[in-house]
This record gives sequence, C-alpha cells and structure tokens, in this order.
Amino acid sequence: MKTAFKLACRNLIGAGLRTWLNVIVLSFSFVVIIWMKGIMVGWDHQAKTDMTNWEIGGGQYWHENYDPYDPFTLSESHAPVPEMFSEEITRSEMEPMLIVQGTIYPQGRMQSVAVKGINPKQKIFLLPTHKLDTVTDAVPAIIGALMARNLKLNVGNYLTLRWRDSKGTFDATDVVITEVFTSNVPAIESGQIYIPLEKLREMTMMDGEATLLTFADSEKERSPVEGWVHKPKDELTASVDEMIKTKTVGQSVFYGILLLLAMLAIFDTQVLSIFRRQKEIGTYIALGYTRREVVGLFTVEGAMHSVLAAVVSAAYGIPFLAWQAKVGWTMPMDVSEFGMAIAQTLYPIYSFGLVVSTVLIVVLTTTVVSYWPSRKIAKMNPTEALRGRIQ
Amino acid sequence: MKTFVTTLLTVFALIGFGQPGADEILKKIDVNMSSENRIFESSMTIHGKRASRTITSRSYVVGDKQSFTEYLSPAREQGTKMLKLENQLWIYSPSTDRTIQISGHMLRQSVMGSDLSYEDMMDDRKLTETYNATVVDTEEIDGRKTWVLELKAKVDDVAYASRKLWVDTERFVPLREELYAKSGQLLKRSTMSDVVQVEGRWFPKTVVYKDMLKQGDGTEFKILDIQFNQDIPEYIFSKAALKM
Repeated sequence: MKTAFKLACRNLIGAGLRTWLNVIVLSFSFVVIIWMKGIMVGWDHQAKTDMTNWEIGGGQYWHENYDPYDPFTLSESHAPVPEMFSEEITRSEMEPMLIVQGTIYPQGRMQSVAVKGINPKQKIFLLPTHKLDTVTDAVPAIIGALMARNLKLNVGNYLTLRWRDSKGTFDATDVVITEVFTSNVPAIESGQIYIPLEKLREMTMMDGEATLLTFADSEKERSPVEGWVHKPKDELTASVDEMIKTKTVGQSVFYGILLLLAMLAIFDTQVLSIFRRQKEIGTYIALGYTRREVVGLFTVEGAMHSVLAAVVSAAYGIPFLAWQAKVGWTMPMDVSEFGMAIAQTLYPIYSFGLVVSTVLIVVLTTTVVSYWPSRKIAKMNPTEALRGRIQ
Repeated sequence: MKTFVTTLLTVFALIGFGQPGADEILKKIDVNMSSENRIFESSMTIHGKRASRTITSRSYVVGDKQSFTEYLSPAREQGTKMLKLENQLWIYSPSTDRTIQISGHMLRQSVMGSDLSYEDMMDDRKLTETYNATVVDTEEIDGRKTWVLELKAKVDDVAYASRKLWVDTERFVPLREELYAKSGQLLKRSTMSDVVQVEGRWFPKTVVYKDMLKQGDGTEFKILDIQFNQDIPEYIFSKAALKM
C-alpha cells in the first residue's frame, strides 16, 4: 500500500498540468459545497434565532380556535388568560397577546390588518414596544418596515383604524405610528399593527383576554391547559426545518452537477492513463503484482486527486470561508417579500461534521470514479500489455 | 315657575304637531318600501381608484327573508347565483360548478369588491327592533323636505352603534343614511335618488353606498326594472335552483 501511495504521488506529480487541472476543479467543488452547506446551516440558525427573538419566544400557548393561516378565526380566538399563568406574567416570563382583525385606511386606501395588542413593557421579544408607552393624541402603534414600505407609512403618520368589538359593533379611531421596526421575520411584519394590549382590550371589550401566550423559557415542562393548545418551540420552527430540507434537496442537484464535472475529468484522466500506460501495467504484472494490486494502484492514484484537492482547497478555501463567515453573503435580490424568516445577509456556519462529511463524500466519489475505468486492467492480457498493444 | 314649564311644553307640543313619531316614520317607510315580493333587474357600478366596473343582476325577493340573485354580466360574473334564506347565504360559481355557504366571518367580506358587505345585505332585522329612534331635525335635500332621524342601538350585537336617516316627509322614502362607529366616526353613507312611483309606492331607483374612510366614489346601485307582487315559483328559493 505504501508503494502504491508513493507511486501514485510520483505519477500524479509527473502528469503535471493534467493533474493540477483536475485538482483545481475538484477543490472548487470542495469549497463551493462547504460554503453552500454553511449558508444553509447559517440560514437555519439565523431563522430560528430571529423567530425566537421576534415571534415565538421559547414557545407559545395558542387559543384553541386560533389559526394563523385563517384570519377569519380571529374573532373567535380569544379567552381570559388562565389564572395559573398570572405569576409568570407578573415576572415578565410570559406575555399575553390579543389579536383582532381590523382595517386601516392609509391615504384613503383600505387595508386589512391583524391588530396585535402587546404589553409595552414586555421583555421576551425584540419588538420596540417601549415606543407604545407614550402619551399621544391618538393610539400609539408600531409597524414593521415591510408594511411601512408597502403602505408608504412613516413614523409620525396618522391613520384611521376600524375594528369590531366583541359583540360585532364597528368602532374607529386614529392611530399614530410611533416606530417602524426592521426584523427578518415577515410573519410579524406583514399586515400587522401593534398597539398597547390594555388599549386593545378596552377597545374590543375583551378585558383580561388574549389570543396567544408566549413564554420565555423553552426548557420548562408545560402541562396542557383547557381551551389552549401548547406549541413547543420545535413545533413552531418546524416550518424552517422543512424549508431548509427542501432547499437542501434543491442544492444537492447543484452539488451533483459540480461533482459530475469534476468526476468527468477524473474519469477521463483515468481512462487516458490506462490507455497510455499499458506497458507499465504489463511490467507491474510481470514483476509479480496481481491484477487486483494494479487496479488498486490506479484507483489510489485517481483517489489521490481528491486528497490533493482537499489540500489545495484548504490553502485558499479556509481564508475565503473564514472571510465569508465574517462578512456574510448578501443576497442580490430583496428577500423581504419571500414571506419567510430570512436575512438579507446570511452568515455561513461551518461545523466540523459538515467539513468532514463533505471531504468524505468527495473522496469516496472520486475513489469510485477512479476504480470504474481501472477494472479494465483486470481483463488485460499481460503479454499484450507489455508489448503495448491496444486491447 | 310651574306656569313657565307648562307654557314651554305647550310650545314644544305645538311645534311637533303634525309630525309623526320616529318609530311611526320607520313603520311608514317599511309600509312604503316593503312588498310581499318583488322582481328587479339592477346594475351595481363599483367605482375603484383607477377604473369602474358594472355588474348587472336579476333578483327575486320575497319579504325580507328570501332572495335569489343571478348575475347577468360581465362575462366573468355571468351565471354566479346567490341565495339567501333567513340568515343563511349560498353562492354558486359556474366556473367551479360549486355552491359554497357564506357564513360566519366570511359575511363581513365585500360583495364583488363593492362597498357593501354580505352582512350589509343580510341584515334584515327591522330598525325599530334594534334601534331607538328620535327625530332630531328637519333638512332639505335636493328640494325635498326631510326629517332627520337619529337611531341609537338598543341591542349590543348590531354592526353600527348609531345611524342617521333623512326621510322624505311626504313620500316616506329615506334619501340619505349615515352609519356611525361607536366612537361617533362616520363610517358609511348611502344616498338615495331617482325616487319614482311604482305601482303606488315611492321607490329610490339609485342608491350610492360609500365607505367614508376609503377613497373613491363608492358603489352605485341602480334599479333598472322593478315589479312588485309577482308570482314567483317556490323552487327559485332552493339550493337546487342555484345549479339550474
């Protein structure tokens, strides 16, 4: 085996430019695959962190009728906050949120919104709710940048808000935008307006009621509560997992094409080597090598491309990947309309497992591709091979 | 002092002499405008910000509990049918060949993009049952003398906390209606015009509904042809008729 490695190294270096072209193509695959996988892991991490900070905290209790995909359920999705949570709420470890359907009229245009009542002093979300704790001539409200941009709204703008109280009677008042916040979670920005919880309760005659209860501690054991559905953090972030899974499958096609190109080059190189080095093969056999050993020799030689590529990748890939992890990758298109938790700039995260698995996949694939044409050697007639006759 | 109060009451009584009470006015409106049944063709023009579109329909109405409407144009809406029985509403769409029931909060959605909601159409409770009415003023609208009625909700499950109604003092036809939020903000205004006498009753042929918080010229509802007390076959008001 040691001789095989020595010979493989000598032959590879001897092949000159051909080897280096293969190695460069392969190393490019290495770096790109690791980078893309890193972006996916980074996105997964960022999406879940942002969702935790802006939307779901450590998990939630939903009112049993609440369905975030059906705004028509909102008027049936409210109930008094269970007594058992009052202590947690007092300690700011749980935040009730009341959601009702409303309509705003920015510049005379009609826009349906979810009106969310939130405690201005809450500490679970990064929402700038302290801006709701202000005295104005209208109801203070905060909105996301996505909605502000779509509706051309700015801080200080007044707009009319219309809603129905718990009995179904219309009411309307003016609200003033006290802050426009930017998050990477469109689910909390699009078509939503945040006002002080107590004010919304008063407006809708739903004193002490809530639609959602968000808790800070995801680790605490939670028991079922009648009329409320416990939604652990894992369940609330399952959509991110599914999205990443879908994207990863899509990316695999790209990896496949990259690897295919690199493997095509390796395969060609192997076929050419076996064709041009028949005398050498004949000599090995004449010297007492078994056919299996000769096949092994050529396979190792081919597979060595990937080892060399790994070394070359490390030379330029590590600085590149480290730089990317620092500055991130800013997507060339506006991602705010994507409708999912995604930042404009994604920061790749590379784990040891990710790098090792990528190296293993590429080395194994290269080995298989190198072995494939080498099998021909086993069928060669050594005498003919020694004479250099084409077989 | 006693004499002064008596004199004041006498003066008020004299001023109000000849003017029916608010509830009586509302009842007279009902008598004038409601019929056993009616068949009418109408057009609904929805004035949008950029363009307007007109939808025509034929409706069969019995009392205030049963109605059947078939949309005649434009081509996109042609064949769509709507059936209202008591407090239930079904819509049949020919493109999907399906009948769906509009219920719960879907009733709050706009009808064909107009300023009217299904709920506005469905509201068939008598005003005297849900509001306390008082005559607060008299005004002139387009040369017609009107009583201004203020209606305050006496039940808590009405959509509008208060309303204002301008009623023609001679014809007992409302010429304007305003709907208010609990806060007192004006939400919707309906303006009735083209009042004509059909089969002995006065009827406004044109109604413009306007969401006052929204830009635009509102939705114009025009009666093109109306007949009262016709023979309407009973099968019209069945779900089977939607697919016919």
